[in-house]
Amino acid sequence: MDPMLLIFLSSGMFLGWALGANDAANVFGTAVGTRMVRWRTAAVICSVFVILGAVISGAGASGTLGRLGSISAMPGAFMTALAAGLAVYFMTRSGLPVSTSQAIVGAIVGWNLFAGRPTDLAVFSRIVGTWVICPLLSALIAVVLYKAMRTVGERLRLHLLTVDALTRTALIVAGAFGAYSLGANNIANVVGVFIPARPFPDIEIGGIVIDSARQLFFLGGVAIAVGVFTYSRGVMMTVGGTLGRLSAPKALVAVVAQAIVLFLFASKGLESWLMARGLPTIPLVPVSSSQAVVGAIVGISLLQGLAGIRWGVLGRIVIGWVATPVVAGIICFLGLFFLQNVFHLAVK
Amino acid sequence: MIMKLNPDLFLFRRTRELERKIDRFYDNLSESAIVFRLAVRSYIKTGWTDEFHERLERVSQLESANDSLRREIESELYEHTLIPDSRGDVLGLIENSDQVISEFESTLWAFANERPEIPDPFRSGFRKLTNMVVKAADELGLGARAFFRSPQDVPAYNHKVMLYEKEADVISTTLKRAIFAEESLDLCRKLHLKEFVEYIDSIADTAEDVADRLAIYAIKRLV
Repeated sequence: MDPMLLIFLSSGMFLGWALGANDAANVFGTAVGTRMVRWRTAAVICSVFVILGAVISGAGASGTLGRLGSISAMPGAFMTALAAGLAVYFMTRSGLPVSTSQAIVGAIVGWNLFAGRPTDLAVFSRIVGTWVICPLLSALIAVVLYKAMRTVGERLRLHLLTVDALTRTALIVAGAFGAYSLGANNIANVVGVFIPARPFPDIEIGGIVIDSARQLFFLGGVAIAVGVFTYSRGVMMTVGGTLGRLSAPKALVAVVAQAIVLFLFASKGLESWLMARGLPTIPLVPVSSSQAVVGAIVGISLLQGLAGIRWGVLGRIVIGWVATPVVAGIICFLGLFFLQNVFHLAVK
Repeated sequence: MIMKLNPDLFLFRRTRELERKIDRFYDNLSESAIVFRLAVRSYIKTGWTDEFHERLERVSQLESANDSLRREIESELYEHTLIPDSRGDVLGLIENSDQVISEFESTLWAFANERPEIPDPFRSGFRKLTNMVVKAADELGLGARAFFRSPQDVPAYNHKVMLYEKEADVISTTLKRAIFAEESLDLCRKLHLKEFVEYIDSIADTAEDVADRLAIYAIKRLV
């Protein structure tokens, strides 16, 4: 294998690691933070299902990113992923909530600008539209789920301890679903930019051909899993404090709502089911799990009046929304200029 | 073998067992209230008898059983990190409810040790006071059970606890006034009888204190 290939892929792996370290907290953070699920259990389930989601259902959202900007040169893909990773790093350091999905989109647009390629405005506006729709949809789903859960809970009159046991089990199942959806939806952020360059030859195992994209999905999934195991513990333990302490049933609703939203924006199966029935389809776009979780929590808080909402946190999220893609785009543009003119690498 | 393979089934079995322990705790509280009432009525009617002694023994057994149950519930909730959100409230509720049954026992022991003579004119007042106190404790038990299954029903039970406690206060005040107005009794006996009125009445006060805490716990579950 070309050693340069490993260097180029390292930026994607770094992005995957950062995603695993931060976004696993959106899936299992509340469950681990409230000590409903042990961290080790959460980390194992999260890692396995992120990889499964990435390998089985990762193609949908990756296709959309490919249409936004088809980066065919590995150095260009390297810089794009690195710019997204650095944007995530700087924004996190500034204490702003950050989305890897927005960072990578901003970086791709930065590459398009540098390479002089036109950005497909239809695809771009569809992606930006989902950034607004994602938290709103998550809030709506959370409200419906929470109301349904309360109504059913009041009718069934389950014992507090039974509710606790059921919630624990449901948090694990929902966490697995959330991790699968995270892998399916967000793997595009991690390795999507490397797909057009086709860095790996196809592998044939027992008559099954594993193409370059799927190998990348697996590698990205492993990078996310490494992030989960090496760095997510602290983030999981503090995620409750950032968003406000949630009760276990509310945490469950937030995780399920987020998982559903991520799944909706990643499922090719659902897309073809809707198409077959002549219904409008949901764009397959990488969305932010953080924003989905925040949307769900805001939705639940709204049920109890506006007083429950942390307006300061919401304000920072909106700033992050705008700043993340812009910062990533600028870093990417400058980085590509550097790679091309200092290292004389072909970036487009 | 299946249980070993499936931790969730094991988890639910443990949950059911703990639920049964909590139910048994409140069964014991309501039984001790009934036995307390019978014991006091028996004492008022015939003084210290074998029947009274048996009832006292029964309340003591129930109190000890509840102490053990309370410890088991506490350690299981902590060992298995169950209900992390409500653990403190549940433990507080159980510990405070245990106070009520302890007061049933200590009041009966006071009757057994000090053997107060209750003159005829005050017997009806003592019976009424005992009935009211027992009703307050009963409603508290129902409210506590509701906390675990339907916290929205807790205020209705708490409301009754408050009403019975208020009524017990009225009866105890009337009784104490009547005791001190009785010229045939010397001050020493008056003070002795007053003390027993207060022993019994304080059980309703404790029930009310627990109900106040229970109201907060229930609100926390509903928010």
